[in-house]
Amino acid sequence: MKHLISTRDLTSDKAVAILDTAHDMVDVRSRDVKKLPTLRGKTVANVFFEDSTRTRLSFEAAALALSADVTTFTAQGSSVSKGESLKDTLQTLEAMGADFIVLRHSHSGVAATVVNNGWVDAHIINAGDGTHEHPTQALLDAFTMRSRLRGETARGMDLSGIAVAIVGDILHSRVARSNALLLRTLGASVTLAAPQTLLPREIGGWGATVVSTLDEAIETRPDVVMTLRVQKERMSSGFFPSESEFSALWGMNDSRLSRLPSTSIVMHPGPMNRGLEISGSVADSAQSTVTEQVANGVAIRMAVLYTLMGDSR
Amino acid sequence: MTILIRGASLFGGEKSDIYIDGDTIRDVGSISTPADRVIDANGLIALPGLVDLHSHLREPGGEGAETILSGSRAAAAGGFTTVHAMANTSPVADTAELVELVAERGRHAGYVQVRPIGAVTRDLAGEQLADIGGMANSHAAVTVFSDDGRCVGDALLMRRALEYVSTFGGVIAQHAQDPRLTVDAVLNEGRVSSELGLRGWPRVAEESIIARDVLLAEYVGARLHVCHVSTAGSVDVIRWAKKRGIEVTAEVTPHHLLLTDDLALSYDPVFKVNPPLRTAEDVEELRRAVADGTIDIVATDHAPHARSTKDCTWHDASFGMVGLESALSVVQHALVDTGHLSWSDVARVLSVAPATIGRVEGYAAPLAAGSLANITLVDSAHTAQWDSSRLHGRSSNSPFLGIVLPGRIMSTIFNGVETVIDGELVDPETLRNT
Repeated sequence: MKHLISTRDLTSDKAVAILDTAHDMVDVRSRDVKKLPTLRGKTVANVFFEDSTRTRLSFEAAALALSADVTTFTAQGSSVSKGESLKDTLQTLEAMGADFIVLRHSHSGVAATVVNNGWVDAHIINAGDGTHEHPTQALLDAFTMRSRLRGETARGMDLSGIAVAIVGDILHSRVARSNALLLRTLGASVTLAAPQTLLPREIGGWGATVVSTLDEAIETRPDVVMTLRVQKERMSSGFFPSESEFSALWGMNDSRLSRLPSTSIVMHPGPMNRGLEISGSVADSAQSTVTEQVANGVAIRMAVLYTLMGDSR
Repeated sequence: MTILIRGASLFGGEKSDIYIDGDTIRDVGSISTPADRVIDANGLIALPGLVDLHSHLREPGGEGAETILSGSRAAAAGGFTTVHAMANTSPVADTAELVELVAERGRHAGYVQVRPIGAVTRDLAGEQLADIGGMANSHAAVTVFSDDGRCVGDALLMRRALEYVSTFGGVIAQHAQDPRLTVDAVLNEGRVSSELGLRGWPRVAEESIIARDVLLAEYVGARLHVCHVSTAGSVDVIRWAKKRGIEVTAEVTPHHLLLTDDLALSYDPVFKVNPPLRTAEDVEELRRAVADGTIDIVATDHAPHARSTKDCTWHDASFGMVGLESALSVVQHALVDTGHLSWSDVARVLSVAPATIGRVEGYAAPLAAGSLANITLVDSAHTAQWDSSRLHGRSSNSPFLGIVLPGRIMSTIFNGVETVIDGELVDPETLRNT
C-alpha cells in the first residue's frame, strides 16, 4: 500500500494489521524514549488547505515520534484552493523533499485526484477531503472500539459481533462515511440514525441499517454510539428546525446513556458541540472515549506512516 | 465545380450515385454524366449533412478553449454542415451586433454554417429580456433563444420570454435546472454522489422545470425546446406533454445516451458535465425515447474547456465535454447498433429535425435533387478505439477517449464544398481556394 485515500482500499487483514501496529505504537508512546527511528531522514509534509488544528497536531506528533522531519503548509482562502495551484503547491513541496504528504482539503476527492493524476510521487495520506472520507479517523475509532470492548484480547481481532450506531449529520460527515465502510469491512454491524434531510440518498450499498431517531437506535442496545459534530449552519439551510429539536431527537444525553448497557461506549470525533449532539455529562462520563480517541489518533497515524513506509521498501 | 458521388448507400439502403453541381444536388440515381471530381462511395452510407442545435464555440471571450474556426473544423470532422452556437460567450450573445459577428466569423471560417443562438435574458442574468427582436431581425436571423448554462428559473420571466419569442416565430431552448434545488450540485444525486461525498444534482430539479415549462408553453401557445434531457422522469413528462398536443421538442446528448454516473467514481473531471451523467436506467429510457420520437433530436452540447480547467479537482473543474467529432459514432453505437434507430432515423434526429426546430433552410428534403448539397459519407463498418487524433477543436475534454466506437466520417460536403476528404479534414487554405 503506497497511499491511504479511502477506507474502501483496506481489506480486513490490512486494517487489523494497522490496528495491531498501532497497539505497538501505544507501547512505544508509554516508554521512556517515545521515539522510533523508522522515518529518520524522511520528510512528512502536512498540507492543510482547510484548518484543523487537532488533526494537524496529531499527524505532526506521529511523524515526530517516528523521527521524521516535518514541514507544515496551511493555506486558506480561494487563491490557493484552485486546482492548478493545488497541483503546483504539491509539486513544490515534493521538490523540497517531501516523502509523505498528509493532505487535508475542503473538497471531496482531492486526495484521489492527486494520486490518480500522478501529480506527485510522494505517499499521500488523506487527512480529510470535503464530505468524502477521513480514513485515519475511522482507523482510530476502530482502534478505540477494539481496545475498549476487547480489552487484553484485542490484538489480532477484528470487530465482528460489535454493533455500532452512528447518529446525526451523516450526509456531510466524512467521519461517518469512512467509519461505515471500515466497520463493515471489520465485521461490525452499523445502524445510522438521522433525519431524512441529513441522510445521503441510495445508501443501500453501505450495508447499514437506517433508523429515524436516536431512541430507535438505543433500543437495539448497541455496543457503540458514535455521535457526529453538527455544523450549526445546517440549521439555517433548513436541514433541521432548531438546535433544541435536534438535541431532543438525535442528541446523546444521560437518559439515553442510562438505557445502554454499562459496557457500551459513546464516541465523538471532536470538536464537540456540548449540549447539541452530546451533553456535557455524557461527554465527561466514564463511557465516553473522547480523549482516548485523541490519544489513539497519534498511535494510529504512526501506524499508518509506518505501514506505508514498510510497504514501499 | 461538379462532384459525382458513386455508389453510396442512401440512408443505409439502396446504392445510388449523387451528382452535385455548385451548391446543389442536381441528380440522384444511376448517373453517367462526367464530373470535375468523382468520390468512390462504395461501402459508405450517405446521410444529409448533420445539424447540431447545441454547440459552444466559445468565441468571443473563450478562445483559449475553442474558436469559431476550430469549432467549425471539429464540426466538419464530425459530419456536420450546420451548428448552432450557444449564447454564453463573453460578452454574451444578447444583441444584434454580437450575433451578426458570430455568423460572419462562421462564414469566414467556411467549414459549416454557424447559426448563432441568442440569449433569452440580458447577460444571461435572468432578469430582463435580451434584444430578442433585434437578434431575430438581424442579418443573423436568430430563431433559437437560450440562456443555456443557466435556467430561466423565474416562472414569470419564462412566461414572458415564451410569449415574446413566439412573436418572432422563434423558440426558447431551455436549460431545465431548478437553481434552488441544485446549489453547488456537481454530480447526479444518488448512490455515486453519496459514496463520493459530492453535492448531488437531483433529477427532480430537471423534471419539475420541464413540467412547469410545458404547461406555460401550452398556456401561452408557444413552442418550447428542452435542452439535453437527462432523466427517465423527464421523458415521461415530455411524453405526456406531446400527447396533450403541447408544442414541445426535446434533445438528448450523445454522452447521456452512453455514459453513467459511476464513471465519476475515479473523480476524473472529464466526466463532469451539466446536466450530470445519470444511471443506466436513465440511459436505457433515453434511448427508447429517441426511438419512439418522444425525444426529437440528438444535439452535442459540445463544450470545450482548456486543459487547466479539467486537469484539477472535481470541484474546481468546469462542466462540459467536447462532442462534435464523436456524435455520429456514439449515435451509431448507442442507437443504430442496438436496433433502436435505422440510418434514415439517424438522418432525422441529427439533420432534418434539428433543422426544422432551428428553421434552418435547405434540409427539408435530404439527399434529394434540388436540395442544397450538404452530405456526409460514413464508413459504418469502421471500428476503432477513440483517441485524440480524432479531435480537431482546441480542447481535448472528450469522455470517449479510450473507448471503442464504430463509424468514421469519410466525407463531408458543405453547400457543395468538400470539408472532409477521405476521412481527413481539409486545411483552411485549401478550403478558401475552393
